Amino acid sequence: MRSVTLRRASYWTFHYALIAIYVAVALFPLYWMLKVSVTPNDLLYTEGVRMWPSRTTVSHYVSVIANTDFPRFFGNSVIVSASTSILTTLVAAAAGYAFSRFQFRGKFWIVGLLLVTQMFPLIMIIAPVFRLFAPLGLTNSLAGLIIIYTTFNVPFAAFLMQSFFDAIPKELEEAAMIDGASRFVALRQIVLPLTLPGIAATLGFVFTAAWSELLFALMLNSSTNATTFPVGLLSFVSKFSVDFGQMTAAGILALAPVCIFFFLIQRHLVQGLTAGAVKG
Amino acid sequence: MVSVSQFGPMPAAHKRKFFLAAEPWIYASPALILIITILLVPLGIGVSYAFRNIVLLDPFSGEFIGTGHFVEIWKDGNFWNALHNTIEWTVVSVLLQFVFGLILALLLNQPFPGRWLVQALVFLPWAVPSFLSGLNWAWLFNPVVGPLPHWFVRSGLMTTPENILSNPATALWGPIAANVWWGIPFYAITLLAALQSIPTDIYEAAQIDGAGPIKRFWSITLPFLAPTIAITLLLRAVWIANAADLIVVMTRGGPADSTQILASYIFSQAFQRLDFGYASAIATVLLVILLVYAAIVIALRQLIIRAH
Repeated sequence: MRSVTLRRASYWTFHYALIAIYVAVALFPLYWMLKVSVTPNDLLYTEGVRMWPSRTTVSHYVSVIANTDFPRFFGNSVIVSASTSILTTLVAAAAGYAFSRFQFRGKFWIVGLLLVTQMFPLIMIIAPVFRLFAPLGLTNSLAGLIIIYTTFNVPFAAFLMQSFFDAIPKELEEAAMIDGASRFVALRQIVLPLTLPGIAATLGFVFTAAWSELLFALMLNSSTNATTFPVGLLSFVSKFSVDFGQMTAAGILALAPVCIFFFLIQRHLVQGLTAGAVKG
Repeated sequence: MVSVSQFGPMPAAHKRKFFLAAEPWIYASPALILIITILLVPLGIGVSYAFRNIVLLDPFSGEFIGTGHFVEIWKDGNFWNALHNTIEWTVVSVLLQFVFGLILALLLNQPFPGRWLVQALVFLPWAVPSFLSGLNWAWLFNPVVGPLPHWFVRSGLMTTPENILSNPATALWGPIAANVWWGIPFYAITLLAALQSIPTDIYEAAQIDGAGPIKRFWSITLPFLAPTIAITLLLRAVWIANAADLIVVMTRGGPADSTQILASYIFSQAFQRLDFGYASAIATVLLVILLVYAAIVIALRQLIIRAH
């Protein structure tokens, strides 16, 4: 009996030790970025490997916010990511509902089509998309980015939403429909409230993806008015490649909204995937 | 039925039948329209560029040249170097992400106090934009502001604190480190979801039959996870093979092309040499390679599912 308790105790020590290593590895790079961003320039080189500088400063943040275009980039990114996530979730929810609740001819091919979109190098369509968008006034505009990001994210989001719908028993709606409710009413009053966590997870997932996209934002837009955070940060890095304090401060600012968002939704993501879409 | 509809207005039953058949298409149509116009039509145009001489800003370009680009690719030493690097980059990144992700998922599958907080913290890297994770790791490897070179010296891996990104022999490990750090949560999330959908009574039955933890892992957990593992290995490898941003941000393919992968090579052909025709031809080759790989993985997955 004692050996069993001992074995359990050593198992849990090992378990917690591994968990601690994972948490440390996950957080250390972010911690280091934060550390560099609050280190005064004169201490940066002399205290290079210290875990925390002997003096801290917020001056890097102040100069990023006051002297650069970052507040505008930030605003652009918020508009693009928020619009993309709402639009994608609507489109993907409709498609996911169709996949989940209907057996129809052509479904196999649609799902195959969605998988193919995950397969090719996106870089390949930049030039054609540019030629398609330019005459429509969708280059150098946030609307163009919203359309293209929505399209990129719809396939995965549709699979995700399908799994959330699959998790809700069909009988619930069917009962309501037998009682005389139309499909739409059944959808709004029964299915929708139950899928809210799933919708939150999809919103968060798409928001993060849109917030991070670099390639198309770089290629389709050249004016400051339509520059998003990643492009701004990258140009900042190539322009001030020695000013580590300002670069890391800008990085932390770029990170804050997505991290908060993700922190709130990640639980729903696991729950939603448990429903079975990934299992296939 | 048919005769009735021929002589009168369409009866309500027919209308209803039509609506029932069309209903799923109505819900799926916004997604389909977007994907076809914004992804598939440009993809077709992009593939057609591979057979034409398209150089931006060159008014004489545009003519059809057949398979000329593909002959050029066959003789292009940089292409083969990039292909070799792509395989190394993809295989090493995917395997490390998968192994560390699986261990993490198994750890998180046991209930313990504070699990939700741990889960939120270890999944955080996934929220970091991948290019920013690239920058972040480039800073960590930088001997001026980063601690890693100094730790390598202290642990005897290096004699002087150097940047591994500027040494052709080690440079690829920089983007791989950033990629693995960033991608572990993806595997952990999907595998954890799969683990949580395994019925617990199977484990209880196995325990009563005297199966130890290792035996239970091999004969219950892994077979249950196999379909998820197959589909995530498929998607992940394709995404990673196509992802140029970490490489572009951290090394731009250098030093001496030691980190040039096909995706970053396409990027440099298109946006530094403005040779869209050649870039599209390389992209087409990459697409074909990935499709063949996907077909193999899907076939294997079917075999696994049928075996159970």
